Amino acid sequence: MLRKILTILSFLAVISVSAVHADQKKIGFIYIGPPGDHGWTYMHDQGRIYMENALGDSISTTYIENVPENADAVRAIRKLAASGHDLIFTTSFNYMDQTLEVAKEFPDVKFEHATGFKRMDNVSTYSARFYEGRTIIGHIAGKMTKTNTIGYIVSFPIPEVIRGINAFYLAAAKVNPDVKIKIIWNYSWYDPGKEADAANTLINQGADIIVQHTDSYAPCQAAEKAGVLAFGQASNQEAFCPNSHMTSIEDIWGPYYAAKAQAVVDGTWSSEDTWHGFKDGMVEMSPYNTKLLPLDLILEAKNMETAIENGTLHSFEGPIYNQAGELVVKEGEVADDGMLASMMFYVQGIDGEVPQ
Amino acid sequence: MSIELIIGILNIVLISTTPLVFAGIGELVTEKSGVLNLGLEGLMLVGAVTGFITLVITGNYFYSLFLSIISGVILSGIFAFLVLNLMTNQIATGLALTIFGIGLSAMLGKKFGGTPIDGLNPYYFIVISFLLVFFVAYFLSKTKTGLIVRAVGENHNSAYALGYNVIKTRYLTIIFGGVMSSLAGYYISICYAPMWQEGMTAGRGWIALALVVFATWKPWRLLVGAYIFGGVAIMQMNLQAIGVKLPGQFFNMMPYLATIIVLVFISSNKLRLKLSAPSSLNIPFAKNQ
Repeated sequence: MLRKILTILSFLAVISVSAVHADQKKIGFIYIGPPGDHGWTYMHDQGRIYMENALGDSISTTYIENVPENADAVRAIRKLAASGHDLIFTTSFNYMDQTLEVAKEFPDVKFEHATGFKRMDNVSTYSARFYEGRTIIGHIAGKMTKTNTIGYIVSFPIPEVIRGINAFYLAAAKVNPDVKIKIIWNYSWYDPGKEADAANTLINQGADIIVQHTDSYAPCQAAEKAGVLAFGQASNQEAFCPNSHMTSIEDIWGPYYAAKAQAVVDGTWSSEDTWHGFKDGMVEMSPYNTKLLPLDLILEAKNMETAIENGTLHSFEGPIYNQAGELVVKEGEVADDGMLASMMFYVQGIDGEVPQ
Repeated sequence: MSIELIIGILNIVLISTTPLVFAGIGELVTEKSGVLNLGLEGLMLVGAVTGFITLVITGNYFYSLFLSIISGVILSGIFAFLVLNLMTNQIATGLALTIFGIGLSAMLGKKFGGTPIDGLNPYYFIVISFLLVFFVAYFLSKTKTGLIVRAVGENHNSAYALGYNVIKTRYLTIIFGGVMSSLAGYYISICYAPMWQEGMTAGRGWIALALVVFATWKPWRLLVGAYIFGGVAIMQMNLQAIGVKLPGQFFNMMPYLATIIVLVFISSNKLRLKLSAPSSLNIPFAKNQ
C-alpha cells in the first residue's frame, strides 16, 4: 500500500515538475574560452549568472565552452538549437557566419551574436563600445609613459580590435604627441604563455606600459614582474598585478542578457542591433589605482567618462587622418557607427600595417 | 641591436622553449622504446593543475612539484597498463588520455582559477632541462639499459628472445615520459605564466610530439629543434614590435609545417626512415607470439 502511494506521489511530482518547466525558456551560450579565463568569457558567464538570478525560474541556461571559431561552432550552435533552446548567445566575432548558417535552419530559435554586424529576422547583434574605455586608458597611458613607448598585444585583425588600437592611440597622442605604440599580433585570443612572451618582448623593447586585447591576465602579470605599468582586459584584474594594474575596461553584459531573455519570455523579442557604451552601463572602468595614478589624472579620467556618457566627448573626433594622410573624419565631425563597425585601417601616427 | 636587447630576447626564448624540451625529451624516450603516447597535452594539463592546487593549499613548492610528478606517474601508469597489458590501440588510448586530461584538469581547477600565486624562478628548470637532454643522450647511446630500451623499440620480439623484459622496460619509459610531461605542465603553471586557467598549455603537447619527429628521435636534435621553434616564435614577435610586417598565422603553423617537411624527407628514403624511427613504434607486443 505504502509503495503504491509512493508511486502515485512520485508520478504526480514528475507531472508537477514538468508543468513548471513547460513554459520555461531555455537559453544557451557558446563561449570561445573557458568561463575561468578571468577575461572575455568570464564576463559573459557573469552576464549569464546575472540573467539567471534576475529571471529566476522562468528560464534555464546552458553553455558550451572552448568552441573553436570554425566548423565546430556550427555543430555546437546546432546542438543547442536542436535541443530546444529558445535563445542562443554566440559570444565571439568569428561565430558570425556559423550563427547565420544555423539560424537559417531554425527560424523559430532566436540568436544573439556578439560583436558582429550580420543580422536576420531571428538574429540580433550586440556589442559594447569598448573603444570608449580605450580612449580613457589611452589618455592615461599618454600621460604616464616615461619612455613614450607603449606595448600593445592583440589577437586578430578584426574591426573591434583595430578600433580599439585607434581609439587608444588618438587619445594617447592627443596628450603626448611623441608617444609610439608597438603592436604584436598573437593570432589567438587565449594562450597565457604566448601572451606573457609578447608582453616580455615589448618590455624588452622599451615599452613601459602594456595594453592587451587578449583574454588572459598573463600580460598584466608579466608587467608586474618586470615592474612596468599595465591595463587589464574585460574584467578587473587588479588581484593578479596589484602594483602595475592602473585600471581595466570591464564588459558588463548582465542587464542586456536579462532584458533579451525577458523579451523572449514575454514574446516581444525582435531582431535589432545594440551597441552600448558607458552611457548604458555596458562598459565600465575598474577602480583607478590610487597608488599608481596621480589624483588629478584620475579626476581627468572620470571627467572623460562623464563627457563620453553625455556626448560632449567622442573617441573619434575629427580631424582624423589615415596612414596615407587622407582625411577620413572632418574637423567638427565624429566617425559614424558605420565607419566604426568596419574599421580596418590604422590612423596616422601608428607604425606598421594592418595585417591582411 | 644593443646587447641588452639581445640578452632580453635570449632570456624570453629560454623561458618559452623549456616546456617543449621537457615534454619532448620524455616522449622521445617513450617512443624509443616503441610506444607512441599522444596524451602529452592531457598529462601536461593535469601536471599543471595538480602543482598549482597543491601550491595554493600548502604554499610549499616542494610538495607541489612532488604531487605534480605523482600525477604524471599515475596517469601514464594507467596509459601503460591499457596499452601494454590490455593491448589497446596506442593512438586511440593516447588521444583519450589527452581528452581525459583536459576535462580532469578543468574539473580539478574549477575553484582555483584566478587565485594569484608567487611564481617560481624559471632558471632552475631551464638548467635542469639542459642536463636532462645530456642525460638522455648519454643514457640512450652509452649505457646498457639505454641500449635495451632501444632494442625493445627496434624489435620487441628479438629483445624478448634475448631475455629482456619488454613490458617492464616500456612501463618505465612511459612513466618517464609522463613525469616529463607533468614537469612541463608544472613549469607552465608555476614559472612561465604563474596561474591556472583551463587549457592553458594551448597545444604545446602537440608541438612537443611534432618535435620528436622533427628531431628524428635524437636528443640533441630535439634540443636544437625546440630552440628553433621557440626562437622563431619570439623573433617574429620582436620583428612585429619593431614594425616589420609578417604573416603571423604562418608562424603559428611553422612547427607543424617543419615536421611535415621532415617526415616527407625521411620517408622518401627507406634506409633513412629505418635508421631514424624505432621500428616497433606503435606495434603492440604479446609475449606468446
